[in-house]
Amino acid sequence: MNKPLPAAPEVLLPAPVHAPRSWRVPPLNALIGAILLALLLSMALIGLVWTPHDPLALNLMARLQAPTAAHWLGTDEYGRDVLSRLMIGAHTSLWVSVLTVTLAITAGTLLGLLAGFMRGWVDRCLMMVNDALLAFPGILLALGLMAIIGPSLYGIVLALSIAYTPSVVRVVRGTVLSLREKEFVEASRVIGNSELYTMLRHIAPNCVAPVCVLATSMFGWAILAESSLSFLGLGVPPPAATWGNMLAASRPYIATASWLGLFPGIGIAMALLAFNLCGDALRDRLDPRMSK
Amino acid sequence: MTMTDVLLAVDHLKIRVGANGPLAVNDLSFTIAPGEIVALVGESGSGKTMAARAAIGLLPPPLENCGGQVRFQGHDLGSLTPEQLRQLRGAKIGMVFQEPMVSLNPSMSIGEQMAEGLRLHTKLSDAQIRERSLEMLGHIGIKDAERCLAAFPHEFSGGMRQRIMLASVMLLRPALLIADEPTTALDCLAQLDVLKLMLDLTREQGTAILFISHDLSLVARYADKVVVMREGRAVEQGTIEQILLAPKAEYTRQLLEALPRRGTLAALPKADGPLLTVKDVCIEHPGPRSLWGRSQFKRVVHSANLTIAPGETLALVGGSGSGKTTLGRAIVGLNSPCSGAIEFEGVDILKAGNREHRLQCQMIFQDPYSSLDPRMRIGDILAEPLRHVPGMTSEQRRERVTKTLLDIGLAEQFVERFPHQLSGGQRQRVAIGRALVRHPRLVIADEPISALDMTIQKQILELFERLQAQYGFACLFISHDLAAVERIAHRVAVMSEGRVVEMGARDEIFDRPQHPYTRKLLAAASSLEKLENGGYRIRQGPVPLAL
Repeated sequence: MNKPLPAAPEVLLPAPVHAPRSWRVPPLNALIGAILLALLLSMALIGLVWTPHDPLALNLMARLQAPTAAHWLGTDEYGRDVLSRLMIGAHTSLWVSVLTVTLAITAGTLLGLLAGFMRGWVDRCLMMVNDALLAFPGILLALGLMAIIGPSLYGIVLALSIAYTPSVVRVVRGTVLSLREKEFVEASRVIGNSELYTMLRHIAPNCVAPVCVLATSMFGWAILAESSLSFLGLGVPPPAATWGNMLAASRPYIATASWLGLFPGIGIAMALLAFNLCGDALRDRLDPRMSK
Repeated sequence: MTMTDVLLAVDHLKIRVGANGPLAVNDLSFTIAPGEIVALVGESGSGKTMAARAAIGLLPPPLENCGGQVRFQGHDLGSLTPEQLRQLRGAKIGMVFQEPMVSLNPSMSIGEQMAEGLRLHTKLSDAQIRERSLEMLGHIGIKDAERCLAAFPHEFSGGMRQRIMLASVMLLRPALLIADEPTTALDCLAQLDVLKLMLDLTREQGTAILFISHDLSLVARYADKVVVMREGRAVEQGTIEQILLAPKAEYTRQLLEALPRRGTLAALPKADGPLLTVKDVCIEHPGPRSLWGRSQFKRVVHSANLTIAPGETLALVGGSGSGKTTLGRAIVGLNSPCSGAIEFEGVDILKAGNREHRLQCQMIFQDPYSSLDPRMRIGDILAEPLRHVPGMTSEQRRERVTKTLLDIGLAEQFVERFPHQLSGGQRQRVAIGRALVRHPRLVIADEPISALDMTIQKQILELFERLQAQYGFACLFISHDLAAVERIAHRVAVMSEGRVVEMGARDEIFDRPQHPYTRKLLAAASSLEKLENGGYRIRQGPVPLAL
């Protein structure tokens, strides 16, 4: 060796200042989303154990009443209490959408990872079926499936998740295809990691952000789709209450008893808003690049 | 100074990021005379691009001009209406960007893009525009100009695109050409080509150039005047002779000092046989495939032969598309050769399966921004390769990671950081750390410094040398940067069009190149040499430079 080289560097570079993740005041829209979501959830949960009136009790003497002290949100065409039905319905609607989204995201992510990572004939077969499913409008596909399965709560969940999975597969596959060209994925291979490990450790976590965004908008779609199916009479069968079938039932009375349609409608709108706001906040938090 | 001999005058220019943000450009003044070539030199973040964009009134939104004046041919740009500015851009001031791959619109034919400016700024008929375009294409040495007009950008290489870009800008005969790192994305042969063309065209038309670059040795060849920028300020300006022969500012000296020079190398340990032998390796890439048929294979490496001794640095140099990266990737097993043998410590890795030798053979990638997983902390990134070391306890792993951080010159707190919090140089240190944490015997470094600033390049090269002396790993250093190669390589292999055309000891190759391609490459590389009085001059290579 010609010149002696120091064994350790003279100067260590200092690490950039690192603000630990703190619970600073979250952004306003996240706060609004969280409050709305909390309201919805508490409404659904309280509805499970207690409602002001029996949501199924008929009282033909008191039908189509405007909001009063006894019935805060009025009564429907059979004299059932709208608030009680709204609370029960919140539970059904949320449950359907949570189950649907969970199922669609799980299946879609798995299939998307598989297609994106295996490529070749696996990819081709998967995408052929997927594109065929995508060619149908989601609600039409769900309608067809409902006609086969028959109207029931879990039937709706199954039909909607089958209808929504293809779009998840597309998004995940696209993300995987762009990620697998990145050098950090090659670096993982050079290190000696197996393909499966690389997929789970490096590719899957980086798909979280787009999937998150998709999932939150899907919550909204699922609530809407459940409402539409119920509206068309293919949803959760009456007398069980969902926001969709309440909306559907209110249709003949829209001129005389507008509150019947108004409150479930507000409920649906609030739920959509809550999910979207929370989803955006969640995505920002999950992405390490967003923390300074 | 009268109005006539100043084309562009930048006078105490200040640019702010947002209303109360930091200054991106602080009190910058310089002038360009007609036909003069002025270079703005500085590292990333020095504000050189922003200063140039202010000169055409195109600052991106958060930035605003908050003081000073830019005068072009006597007109204050600040007082012009947007309409007047628009007429100036293109017609009087042309601009060439860094990335030839994205600065041409992929969905428009070359002819349409060339015609765009003429149609906007002149009253020529379509036939005349076509004639002018054809003439210009012929002028820049494009053989089938008719076909070129109808072709789309993706049909051309990066160098060709940059030539076409240049041609379409010069078609309008602007008085000033702003060239923002026009050749940084090109290899040195294409670089020479494009710069020569730029010089020819501008000399012919008497166009002045504002040349933005980070590379002092390149600037030294072409510029009349240099403005050295740092953190928004001009630290020094003067003619190129003044700057090179007697640099005054400390920072200019640092930049000049950062240019790699041939150094003495550590002696190699005695070894019985080579660590790695590449024998007659051919590699093919699948080309475009017809609908059902098999794809046509394109051979990118033609029976390459290499050997690397333990502890030795072999540099693999060549232009882009010469197959050097493909060969490097084959050695770590990222693609597989169609014939030939790669022997690591005497074992053919193509036959034996490459999992075992990967423990001993690591790779450093070019782009530090995409080679680290954005969702992992630095500590996890460094620890990941240790998963495959048999019988290592988690305590030992932690120790090794701490030791490696120290080795790559990063403080211990980096363990908790995410890649996005690090600068480019720091990221590349982490990438080097990841490659070395398992103490491999061979490291493939694929253009490890070409994405970094000059002073950072120097630091990384020094770090690399020190680590090599410490751990004694051999290295295949893939690069098109001949100056860096000259500094750290023991031996050099030159690749051209998939063949190794020349291989030999560093001094042999650099002082007595045999193959014509090597000569061309060396002549194209720009480098400066230090004089005894502390100044610098452009080094004349073994072959005279034909400009």
